Amino acid sequence: MTALLENEGPRPHGGGSELSDPATDRDALLAFDRLSLAIHGTTILHDVSLALFAGRVTGLVGESGSGKSMTALAAIGLLPDGAATSGAIRMDGRDLVALRERDWLGIRGNDVAMIFQEPMTALNPVHTIGAQVAETLRLRGASRAEAMRIARDRLDRVGLSRIPLDRYPHELSGGQRQRVCIALAIARRPRLLIADEPTTALDVTTQAEILALLRGLVDDEGMALLLITHDLGVVAGIADRVAVMNNGRIVEADTTEALFRHHRDPYTRDLLAASRVPARARRKVPPDPVLAARDVVRTYGAHRAVDGVSFTLHRGESLGLVGESGCGKSTLTRALLGLEPVQGGAIELMGRPGGTAMTRGERAKVSVVFQDPYGSFDPRWTVRRIVAEPFHLTGRPRDADARLAATLERVGLGAGDLDKYPHEFSGGQRQRIAIARALVTEPEVLVLDEAVSALDVRVRAQVLALLDDLQTRLGLAYLFIGHDLSVVRAIADRVIVMQAGRFVEEGPVADVFTAPESDYTRTLIAAAPAIPDAWVKETS
Amino acid sequence: MWRALLHRTISLVAALAVASVVIFVMLQAVPGDPAAFMLGLNAQPDTVAALRAELGLEGSLPARYLDWIGGMLTGDFGTSYTYRVPVAELVADRIGVSAPLALYALGLTLLVAIPAGLLAASRRGGVADWGVMGATQLGLAVPNFWFAMLLVLVFAVSLGWVSAGGFPGWSDPVAAIGALTLPAIALALPQASILARVLRSALLDTLDADYIRTARAKGLSRRATVLRHALRNAAIPVLTILGLQFSFLLAGAIIIENVFFLPGLGRLIFQGITQRDLVVVQSVTMLLVFAVIAVTFAVELAYTLADPRLRRR
Repeated sequence: MTALLENEGPRPHGGGSELSDPATDRDALLAFDRLSLAIHGTTILHDVSLALFAGRVTGLVGESGSGKSMTALAAIGLLPDGAATSGAIRMDGRDLVALRERDWLGIRGNDVAMIFQEPMTALNPVHTIGAQVAETLRLRGASRAEAMRIARDRLDRVGLSRIPLDRYPHELSGGQRQRVCIALAIARRPRLLIADEPTTALDVTTQAEILALLRGLVDDEGMALLLITHDLGVVAGIADRVAVMNNGRIVEADTTEALFRHHRDPYTRDLLAASRVPARARRKVPPDPVLAARDVVRTYGAHRAVDGVSFTLHRGESLGLVGESGCGKSTLTRALLGLEPVQGGAIELMGRPGGTAMTRGERAKVSVVFQDPYGSFDPRWTVRRIVAEPFHLTGRPRDADARLAATLERVGLGAGDLDKYPHEFSGGQRQRIAIARALVTEPEVLVLDEAVSALDVRVRAQVLALLDDLQTRLGLAYLFIGHDLSVVRAIADRVIVMQAGRFVEEGPVADVFTAPESDYTRTLIAAAPAIPDAWVKETS
Repeated sequence: MWRALLHRTISLVAALAVASVVIFVMLQAVPGDPAAFMLGLNAQPDTVAALRAELGLEGSLPARYLDWIGGMLTGDFGTSYTYRVPVAELVADRIGVSAPLALYALGLTLLVAIPAGLLAASRRGGVADWGVMGATQLGLAVPNFWFAMLLVLVFAVSLGWVSAGGFPGWSDPVAAIGALTLPAIALALPQASILARVLRSALLDTLDADYIRTARAKGLSRRATVLRHALRNAAIPVLTILGLQFSFLLAGAIIIENVFFLPGLGRLIFQGITQRDLVVVQSVTMLLVFAVIAVTFAVELAYTLADPRLRRR
């Protein structure tokens, strides 16, 4: 896809300054003109100026809390209560900021439409997908039959021609649901589509398909697309123009290639550096097995979720496990942690039976860090209680307090944080607390289940550096489960690729990524969004 | 879908069987002689013996149980000792009051609770929300027999719009409905307060959902979003409460029936207990258990209509 964009001819708006200069944005379909926004007195956006053009994809990149979603919600008139705006959003000679709710009803879905991050919850579970797509057409007075006919046509356009209209959302996969969301957003052929992190919750191959679909819609139907993402790799592959947002300001905006090659703002540089994590240097780990699986089988009825897999994890080694949702990696993880029994094969921990056969003391040797730094703590517990909880496996040691303080310092927090509550910490800090909780029993093996997937790129780089440092100092073995190949590449010595319950490829990480043997691995690598090397070398 | 229905039906029958055994054991198999108990301390031994024969207390427990269940299944609920009429006849009369009263009260409950819940949820934190929350707090706090007496004082004694109590029978439907109106209002007040609050909180939960944002982004107005997308998703907790309320209204209206002198099921079972009429108590209790289980069954079916995720393809 990148190659395709590079081959495009000169674009109507080549220069970077035009993006933020309303005087030259006469051709813009929609233009933010020095838009500022405060919610209950807290300033969220400062002087945001950005123009969106028909037939063009504009990427808006930033970290969580940078204000990119609020920018999008302002453009569709769905700002939360208590929002106060100044400046303007111009479309068709009107200022959308000044519109009343009644006037917005004629614009939403008709001129401006939006899709969101979480396809699993974005559709109403009690209505069929046909009814939900048709509803937007019925609003415009289409007859039921006509609305259903157009709904069918739109669902066909987004690649769901084999899905009947009477299906309910829960009968579809995440990728299919996101297609339904796109179908209902484009049902009335809006001129601007806003996509807020549309692929963040999806697998890499599904992400590539959805991005290709969006690009195709922009090219075929001449829509403008505002693509909001935290992933620079995504915009590199699809956007014509990119704006970078930080703390409610657009710090830099340009055509995509120019932005990557010649960015000037230090924040853009940091973001770019953090999103290109260097691959781990090849190193030799002496064989010393700590965790091993032999022909492990886990079945649910007739379904073999894990179908005879074997691996060995050595002391001080980090092993990546890569695969798409439903491939069995989480099931395997639960079996390794002893949370679920296996129906075949054996798990060994340091030469003794592992899995459900582990004693409490042995369980303390395998710790886990989960993905969600918000959901994996009880909000009413102090950090002290959270981090001390694994002591129930070992018995509370006499020097517990000293060990808690030392563990927190080890992950970059302080003993002063022990009596705080989870909500007082940022996402990255919470993930450090989760790592501290995993370390407090001095384990041999750390299972990192998508442990950095929910973090912003700069925070992710810090947590990855912390994990690398901990491994060197403590000689930990990591089982790193992930879907983001560039991250796995940065932390793992060896990698296993899993598909439909089986391992399809295994080997040193550099070999697997440069010379993959299986077709599936090649598909995964090709689908992963990447910034072309040529765009980055000039600046680095 | 059909398999699920079959499973539910089996569990319904099983629940009824268990309930019947429990009721039978509690009333018949506990130590002591039911006939002696019914007749009181000063009864003559031959009277007690005659009553034992009349009650069918001779014979083994399993045989008596099967006899009773067989009778219930064929519509023979036994004969009331105090009224000297078949229990089935008594029950039929009383249901003619209790069922319409329960439906009437339930109708009023819905009529008040749904708009109030919708209003409060869509004006969250506003004056209307405060108003609804305050009013429902009051509705929960006021004892309904006291509210009933207040209604009688105002509408029957002072204004004379309806009679203060009693039930004229269904030969004059207007008068019958008139007689049920004040009791229905008194019953509906706390029920509507509960339901409005349940609906409000269920709606607030669904209004935070992502699909509500999707609906608004499609161009639906706030009102259409609430009515088309939030209401049905908020239905499950509301249906649960509604089922409990209907079961309660059917038999739990004893106090209100007493305030208004209404010959309902609640009063029948109350009188049965005070008059030690075990035949009435046993059969009516079983009927009420059946009603509660049947309502629960209906509510579960309604769940699957409201939420397609509960249906199995």
